[in-house]
Amino acid sequence: MATLRKNRHLTGWLLASPLALVLGLFLVLPIAMIVIVSFWGATEFSIYPAFQFDNYEFLFGSPVTYSVFLNTFKYAAITWAFTLVIGFTVAYFLAFHVRSLTWQIALFLLCTIPFWTSNIIRMISWIPFLGRNGIANSTLISWGVIDEPLDWLLFSDFSVILAFVHLYTLFMVVPIFNTMMRIDRSLIEAAYDAGATGFQTLTNVIIPLCKPGIMIGSIFVVTLVMGDFITVRFMSGSQSANVGRLISNDIGLLQYPSAAATAVVLLVTVLIVIAILLRFVDIRKEL
Amino acid sequence: MEKRSRAFYVLAAVFGLFLLFLYGPIITIGILSFQGPTGGLTFPMRGVSLHWFRDLFEQQAVGDIWGSFGRSFTLGLMVMVTTVVVSVMGGLAFRKRFAGSGVLFYLVITSLVIPSILVSLGVGLIFSQSGLDVHWASSGFGSQLTWTLPFGLLIMFAVFNRFDKSYEEAARDQGASPWQTIRHVVLPIIAPSLIGVALFGFTLSYDEFARTLLTAGSYNTLPLEIYGMTTNVTTPVIFALGTLTTVFSFLVIAVFLLTVWALNRRRSRAGSDAGQGMV
Repeated sequence: MATLRKNRHLTGWLLASPLALVLGLFLVLPIAMIVIVSFWGATEFSIYPAFQFDNYEFLFGSPVTYSVFLNTFKYAAITWAFTLVIGFTVAYFLAFHVRSLTWQIALFLLCTIPFWTSNIIRMISWIPFLGRNGIANSTLISWGVIDEPLDWLLFSDFSVILAFVHLYTLFMVVPIFNTMMRIDRSLIEAAYDAGATGFQTLTNVIIPLCKPGIMIGSIFVVTLVMGDFITVRFMSGSQSANVGRLISNDIGLLQYPSAAATAVVLLVTVLIVIAILLRFVDIRKEL
Repeated sequence: MEKRSRAFYVLAAVFGLFLLFLYGPIITIGILSFQGPTGGLTFPMRGVSLHWFRDLFEQQAVGDIWGSFGRSFTLGLMVMVTTVVVSVMGGLAFRKRFAGSGVLFYLVITSLVIPSILVSLGVGLIFSQSGLDVHWASSGFGSQLTWTLPFGLLIMFAVFNRFDKSYEEAARDQGASPWQTIRHVVLPIIAPSLIGVALFGFTLSYDEFARTLLTAGSYNTLPLEIYGMTTNVTTPVIFALGTLTTVFSFLVIAVFLLTVWALNRRRSRAGSDAGQGMV
């Protein structure tokens, strides 16, 4: 028995070794490297090993940092709210109102296919819509809603959030749909039989049972938005900033230690947010 | 069948709008990529032509997009194969609940939620500090795996959580070795899901941007090339490129989905021989 148990651990590790190797080399080591470099110093052209807190002092001493972090949270919160409402509604329609499994699968695939195409192209594709002479403006003008083109449609916080919602709503739809499909239909019938209205059934039965899916979707959306730098840069026309852009700007200036310090703070922030969200759900049980 | 409620029609309309929101922009640039030679980045269309698609074949207009497409395609295949193999092995490993599997699991989750730019920065720093050259097939490859492997593993977890262990027990009772059990029983049963893992592996790699940004080296992958174009190209040629790569993505997705469909169909046609006896 003892050899058998040892065997189980041994074969387990043997099977998991490629995974452990990849994650060790390309996840753990890089994080360690970032933490180390965050204490290094930098000249204009190069970086040198040191152990100093200059980068962190500068980071926490600058008012820009706080406003950028605040902006990051703002993007995350607004995007989260929109993706949750839209994602839940779409998943609810698919799970409870589409009756044949074939249609469910077909419509579900239709929702997920864009996830497998390029994010950058999907961002670019908003330009003809939102630009000064774009479809949105010309439509509104022809309807007489506005007299002059709106300038805030493209390259603004509005377009950033629109792009986030466009890119990441799928991450809400999929896990919420997954939990909805596993809800025992007799529970809903029981609620109706007990005299609950459709809305009461939704708030008292379906939403509580969907909580794990909602949490997993939230983890995806919040971390993707918080870690993003490209959407904010592209859709705001470099006019807005979030933490990711702070890092990528430092990288552009070859200020790696400073970028690393910001990265460490960002990572800690994201992990804290995840830890809070994970309090509500056991991921391994939900798959 | 009972009558549809009013809620159905409201929700169906919302769903329709959502699909329009998802696909509208990409259809728009699909149309605009056929702009006439004097046309701009938005409507009106100034004639219809293939001008901008022709431009894609001229180096001066767009740079080395075909080279970067080749690299992205190769890299996608490399990542796909690695993701499938490592995910299946990982999925099998996690079923054994070996000591330390909890830590490894949280590493997988970390890999999924870590901001991509951190992977890019960290891997880039390691390579530059140890005097190695970053290259899409080494550092870029590894960085992309940190994004595709978690998806592969999550799918494998979902698959094995639903896996009926009595199939394996039956195989063992018949005297199959552990390898034979996996090769002839487990793998054929999970095959359609593996196509799914492969789909994630290829497409996520093919479109990956942030993790490749600092790790691809001097030869760009396609998303990096497209990103470079957004800053200095102001003609519909970028729409033509966008349309072309999106069509390519759709084709890839279609191939994978049709494979799954064909596998399932063959399986249901071949049916089960349970209860038929051996003779």
